Amino acid sequence: MPDHSPVHAHQFETLEQQHDADTMGMWTFLATEVLFFGGLIMCYTFGRFSYPQAFEAASHRLYVGYGGPNTAILLCSSFTMALAARAAQLGRKRKATALLILTALFGVGFLIVKGFEYHTDYLEELVPRFRFHWDGPEAAHAELFFWLYFVLTGLHAMHVTIGVVILMIVAVLSWRGRITAEKYVTVEIIGLYWHFVDIVWVFLFPLLYLIGHR
Amino acid sequence: MPHTIVPTKTYVAIFVSLMALLAITVGLAYVDLGEFNFAAAMTISVAKAVLIVAFFMHLRYGQRLTWVFAGAGFFWLAIMLTLVMCDYATRP
Repeated sequence: MPDHSPVHAHQFETLEQQHDADTMGMWTFLATEVLFFGGLIMCYTFGRFSYPQAFEAASHRLYVGYGGPNTAILLCSSFTMALAARAAQLGRKRKATALLILTALFGVGFLIVKGFEYHTDYLEELVPRFRFHWDGPEAAHAELFFWLYFVLTGLHAMHVTIGVVILMIVAVLSWRGRITAEKYVTVEIIGLYWHFVDIVWVFLFPLLYLIGHR
Repeated sequence: MPHTIVPTKTYVAIFVSLMALLAITVGLAYVDLGEFNFAAAMTISVAKAVLIVAFFMHLRYGQRLTWVFAGAGFFWLAIMLTLVMCDYATRP
């Protein structure tokens, strides 16, 4: 018989040690994510430095009316996520489940707004390759901006989608009573991922929508 | 290290601050500050990120080793941006 409580895995001495290791693992993954998005941010920085007028003109074709509310939605989701982790920590099963579902719903809301925005971009002929038309000067450089816009926001939307799926899985686990106060670290970790995705958007929003003054 | 239970009040305060910063950043975008539009927007984004990382992601309450892991990604990103732009920005 193992001489430790069955709450933590056998390779750890204490539950706290296991929590710290779990948390550290997620932070390591997030560090690689910073560099994953970082390469694209590097491309963006180069483009904006080299073609400031084209990037500003292209940015002004995006709608703050989509990007602004979407930023607010993600900030709300981070708030409910933080509260969900707290509820799980205190062993409040129903509250944690409800807050996890609410967080996922905010994520879905974000994706719906993004979908409408992509549709508008398509109608306004701002989709490189498929449907792109630019009247002003520096059409190729404006197209570069929209390439970066779609790759950055697309990659981000993919992260939100993955986050929503994991949140729903954790919500089901929580509902079934599989996440006790001792195992709340599961919620803490998906929270770290979700907050990170929020932070990425916090930077994408001004970089893409708020170039220069409008 | 025992995990701190953060009071709900703190989370509410952070959330309100984040929404206020969002309102400020959108508002500032409609004011012509010249070169400072970019600096202002980035400063506000960094402030928002710090609030999220410190409180929502509990870096403030965690062990010091987590700081190293969290800082590493951003440090390498800074190296990449700085060195690449040192090249492009100094080309004749």
